[in-house]
Amino acid sequence: MADVKKYSTKPFDCWGKAKELRMDIYQKLAQKASGEKDWLVASGGTEGLIGLPAGLGEDYVFFGGEPYGASTGAMGKSEEMMGHCEVKGYARDLCGYCRNYLGSIFGDQFSFGGKYPHPDFYFQLHFCDTHGKWYQPAAKYTDKPYFVIDMGAPYRWPKWNESEKRRKNKFNYLVTQMHDSIEWMENITGRTYDDERLADAVYNEIMSTSKWAKCCELNKNVPAPMDEKSMYAFYIVHVLRRHTKEAVEFFDMLYDELQDRIAKDIAGVEYERFRMVHNSQPPWYALHMFRYMEKFGVVCVGSQYDFMLSGGWDYYYDENGIFHIRAGEPPADLKDRIKTRDGALKAMTSWILDYGLTIRSFRFPMIERRNIDVAIARDWNCQGAMMHLNRGCEGWAVGQLEARRALVEAGFPVLTYEGNVADPREFDESRTFAHINAFMESQRLKKLAN
Amino acid sequence: MGAIEKFQEIYENRHAYARDWNSRHPDGKILGCFCTYVPEEIPYAAGILPVRILGSHEIEDDSSPHLFGMFCPFCRDVLAQGLQGRYEYLDGISDGNCCMHLLQAYEAWGLNVKPQPKILRVDTPSSTQNRHSRTYLRDELECFKEDLEEWVGKEITDEALDYAVEVYNENRRLMKQIYELRKADDPPITGLESMYMVASSQMMDKAEHNKILLEALEQVKERKLDRETGTRLMTVGSENDDVEFLSMIEQKMVLPATVVTDDHCTGTRYFWQEIIPEEDRLQAIATRYIARTPCPCKDFPELRRFNNLLKLAKEWRVEGVLLMQQKFCDPHEIDIPSLKDFFEENGFPTYFLELDVTVPLGQFSTRVEAFIESLTLDII
Repeated sequence: MADVKKYSTKPFDCWGKAKELRMDIYQKLAQKASGEKDWLVASGGTEGLIGLPAGLGEDYVFFGGEPYGASTGAMGKSEEMMGHCEVKGYARDLCGYCRNYLGSIFGDQFSFGGKYPHPDFYFQLHFCDTHGKWYQPAAKYTDKPYFVIDMGAPYRWPKWNESEKRRKNKFNYLVTQMHDSIEWMENITGRTYDDERLADAVYNEIMSTSKWAKCCELNKNVPAPMDEKSMYAFYIVHVLRRHTKEAVEFFDMLYDELQDRIAKDIAGVEYERFRMVHNSQPPWYALHMFRYMEKFGVVCVGSQYDFMLSGGWDYYYDENGIFHIRAGEPPADLKDRIKTRDGALKAMTSWILDYGLTIRSFRFPMIERRNIDVAIARDWNCQGAMMHLNRGCEGWAVGQLEARRALVEAGFPVLTYEGNVADPREFDESRTFAHINAFMESQRLKKLAN
Repeated sequence: MGAIEKFQEIYENRHAYARDWNSRHPDGKILGCFCTYVPEEIPYAAGILPVRILGSHEIEDDSSPHLFGMFCPFCRDVLAQGLQGRYEYLDGISDGNCCMHLLQAYEAWGLNVKPQPKILRVDTPSSTQNRHSRTYLRDELECFKEDLEEWVGKEITDEALDYAVEVYNENRRLMKQIYELRKADDPPITGLESMYMVASSQMMDKAEHNKILLEALEQVKERKLDRETGTRLMTVGSENDDVEFLSMIEQKMVLPATVVTDDHCTGTRYFWQEIIPEEDRLQAIATRYIARTPCPCKDFPELRRFNNLLKLAKEWRVEGVLLMQQKFCDPHEIDIPSLKDFFEENGFPTYFLELDVTVPLGQFSTRVEAFIESLTLDII
């Protein structure tokens, strides 16, 4: 204990702002459900093109299925929502978020209180097998229109015969679908689409996802200015509203604060003698797991999941052929590029196809994806890895065991635990804590304090 | 041995067939296909033998270090075949960007199976419903064709593509003609035999399979089976080559039953639609793969598969539908409650079964028999 360095730490100044920006969405959705205010609500996958409907008007609110499913889990309401889903005959091994979301529809309940906020339409970007399917029963049950943009063919990794011709084809496929989606939204809402709003949304999305990636890069610092649990509170801003000006301002503010913390040697947690990379979403109802690990002086400093969920990451190979990741850099002439609808859609397409590494990883789940974990572990100065074998999200679980093998081969011990991102019935807390204890013992890490 | 029995022979000795093909075509290459969205006509035109990789329905633990246990039993079974060295004769592997489960098995195969085969993926669109998917797939097929040409070191000509399309279309037509005969009051071919027929077509040179099909068609026209047809069933699900399960239904239950049609990728979904030739060969092929009865994982935003299934159920005078779901298969799982309602609204009773690599035959036979009994009860 005596030779373990204790860092100073303090709450984040922008913590309250992050919470406010998140709750603002759910409050608006509650207003929609109660009839207090008729926001224009689109619902769908949150990794997707949430900025596209922004051209419909300033009253647009996006209702992301995944963060809602996660919040439902964190608030301890999964069993109730999933129960509604299971009664209808849906399998218990379906995506945990999907079951929470569909359960809310079938039970007409909103986890934040009140009734399910019926969206005006469903709007999905498909790259996970569950994505396109999820909103089929939702649209049918609520009798709302549904549009899907197919993103199931992202760019390949360089070693996979990815010719320029193939990339161009994929690029055009995505751009043309985005154009179609705008026509479709105009038809079903009866509104005229505003290209200036689209330009703003595209600009904000690119800037905020890039800035979040830069914030994550600052976590390479020892001590890390953010711990994983805090990162969950921040990343949600770009998950829910990265197309907004508020998101850009927030990440600028966070970046400045992180730099300040680094300058002053302020850490995310007091003791940081063993740094870990986390893999997959956490079980949202058991985040105290991270607090327990702090007792051993152990901190998780990032993951593919919270780094990359909304894009914004580039990659490169160094002179030795070693794979690294880095924040995607917005084009210098971005503002010029997005002056027209076509220009804005092309800028968005480039950003997603080049820097949406999560999307690429879902469809190319092993051969290169496993190197992302190794890159984070190595370049973020970790000593080990923690992997949630996640029964509740097939997208984040694809490739997990090959990632584990790659980490072990690269010299990083891996603590695995099994659970479900949203379904607490599939999480054995005492066994997980026993796994943590055994792992700490194997690394000769004793508790610093109770 | 009759032609029908030859299908079973090939199915059971698929590896011996492939090795024999290799010895007869020493310069030929064999391409393992992970799903039925690989446009086989193109490699076939290059002189390559495309073979479907199916599991063996045996308990295994080889895949455990590579695939998390929550992924479908089929993808784990498939990977196990590679890790056990059963497909050592494959020169390359291909996947049609189907589901993430099989994509994992595909990439894990590429990483871990030695000697490492050539990896030749086709990035088919995930949704076959949007209006740009045909154009997109056509151009992707051009890239796939170039990958293959580079691999085999020769150009794939229009003539070769025409020949491949002709052979594949003939294969589809002949299998469809045999399926037509199953509409009879007493079908001359069982569901299990039909499965052997379709699955063996996925493992053979189609030109050779066509010869057996022609023989089989003649034999089946005159055939009378020494069995009672009983209740006419349809099976619906993902891949299904579970011999034990199908023989349980058709041979081992007290109440007789026959599977008269299906919606599986080892059944109708594989071969039902032909390629309609056009000047742009690749566009013709792309159009067929977009317009085929979709796998649920490519069937959105609308549920277009359902009407195809209903048509089959009506025309083959199905009395009950078995909804068979591979455990952990999300696209099928999400469809099943809606599909169940859809069938029942249209007057077709359904029964749900969840499948793993092996199935609990005792329990399943009791359950299926109870379902059949419920279909045959007289109304008092």
